[in-house]
Amino acid sequence: MGSYSIFDIAGPIMIGPSSSHTAGAVKLGQMARALFDATPEKATFLLHGSFATVYKGHATDKALLAGVMKFQTKDPRIKEAFAIAKEQGLAYEFQTGDLGIAYHPNTVKITLEKEGIPPMEVVGSSIGGGNIEVKKIDEFDVDFRGAAGRYFTLIFCHKDKPGMLALITKAIADKGANIANLQNSRLSKGGKALTIVCLDSPIALADILAFEKNDDMYFVRSLTSIDS
Amino acid sequence: MNYQFHTAEELLTLTKKYAMPIHEVVLRHEMDFSHMTEEQVRERMKKRMGVMKDGILQMREYPKISVSGMSGKATEKIDAFLRHHPHDAAVGETGLRAMLYALATAENNASMGCITAFPTAGSSGIIPGVLFAAQEKYMASDDQLLNALFTASGIGLIIAENATLSGAEGGCQAEVGSATAMAAAAVSEMRGGSPEQCLHAAALALKNMLGLTCDPVGGMVEVPCVKRSALAAVYTLAASDLAIAGIESFIPFDQVLEAMEHIGRLISPKLRETSLGGLAVTATARSVEEKLGITINGANKEGPCGSCAACIPNEV
Repeated sequence: MGSYSIFDIAGPIMIGPSSSHTAGAVKLGQMARALFDATPEKATFLLHGSFATVYKGHATDKALLAGVMKFQTKDPRIKEAFAIAKEQGLAYEFQTGDLGIAYHPNTVKITLEKEGIPPMEVVGSSIGGGNIEVKKIDEFDVDFRGAAGRYFTLIFCHKDKPGMLALITKAIADKGANIANLQNSRLSKGGKALTIVCLDSPIALADILAFEKNDDMYFVRSLTSIDS
Repeated sequence: MNYQFHTAEELLTLTKKYAMPIHEVVLRHEMDFSHMTEEQVRERMKKRMGVMKDGILQMREYPKISVSGMSGKATEKIDAFLRHHPHDAAVGETGLRAMLYALATAENNASMGCITAFPTAGSSGIIPGVLFAAQEKYMASDDQLLNALFTASGIGLIIAENATLSGAEGGCQAEVGSATAMAAAAVSEMRGGSPEQCLHAAALALKNMLGLTCDPVGGMVEVPCVKRSALAAVYTLAASDLAIAGIESFIPFDQVLEAMEHIGRLISPKLRETSLGGLAVTATARSVEEKLGITINGANKEGPCGSCAACIPNEV
């Protein structure tokens, strides 16, 4: 099966002017916010490549910020994102820099912060037509796409120890969901590991939250409502 | 039943195997892919069609000048031309209408109106331009128009999987070029072309766009994007005419895509949506940037700047 829905091509419905630099930027902001799973007090955006050179003309800055505030790609308030962020007490900063030639020209590193919880860094690319890829979550290299409603993605950050993958996959199987794709990596033996599971059908929120009761599970995130 | 396809050749095989037009294979492919019913898939596409129509109506009734002032006046002018001298147009009334709808969509996009990116926002004028004009010309029903949108999407899927739809990655050939290929196949099907003819129309259209650079003034999706959409819409109709007349593309569509991918990698990053070359560094472009207070960040347009990787040649 191919990796695109036709609604990744015919869409998104969006506020102009650019699918990659505006709509894709909104989606990257949404993705970072969903992964952070809290209301951030500060958002820092490091823009790379074409994002760095032409972000102003495409309103990429407003779009990224709007995404962090959970606006949809078609929300006309994207134009007022700066003012709305100020009202909501969300501080923001835009920087330009070079993340390295390995990254797509439309790439951003988003850092979200809130007092009392660890900050989160997400690197993502806008690969054309409003489609995005997440390339890095904190120190972990990852590779998954925010396709139009295809997958229900679960992200587990857990201790690297025997049985963790079995625990995750068994619980998912018990709920009758099928795994379409699975990625796993760790920083060091016995250290932190990240597992990304794409499902064909969703599982209940209560079942997702139940994973977090395990002491070796640092956090679980569910990405089911990414805008398309 | 299996409706998976990754290439134009596979798509063509499926149309033969099931004796179905392209749009029906694409529709069924999507039903399998996203686990939706036929009705749900059609509704979702209808919503996108509605956004396209509303955007055109909005722009014709309430023309908006973009923040930069570079676009927003063309829709009105071509609208007046169509009203007063429809028979005067060198490209005919259908060509004029295609330009009108393409311009209205592109100008609405430039002023941050609501649009359907199809396949991208910068190239969003071409598909509505071509298909709405053709709908009037061939007196096609709304259902036929919807079918044409599925055909266009199917061609877009093949491009996304085998090449790219990103101007930053492949230049404008990947955006406007892709849109013309998608629209050429769709309009050819709407007027009764065979699946083969649709794919020849797509190949003919895309071949003519190979090498097109993305060098927008001030980094904005306005110059040359808006008017290029109007011109691209007209010539898409011409590509369809060639195919309907029985003219075939010497290079098959899948190989044209390989060429596009290769050319994209050869185009300097300065000409791939970084606004560091071409039209973006003309005297007029620079005066616009100065007037608007835009700085193209990290840009030393005369030489390497080291911060944006635009100067590092691609591996081919």
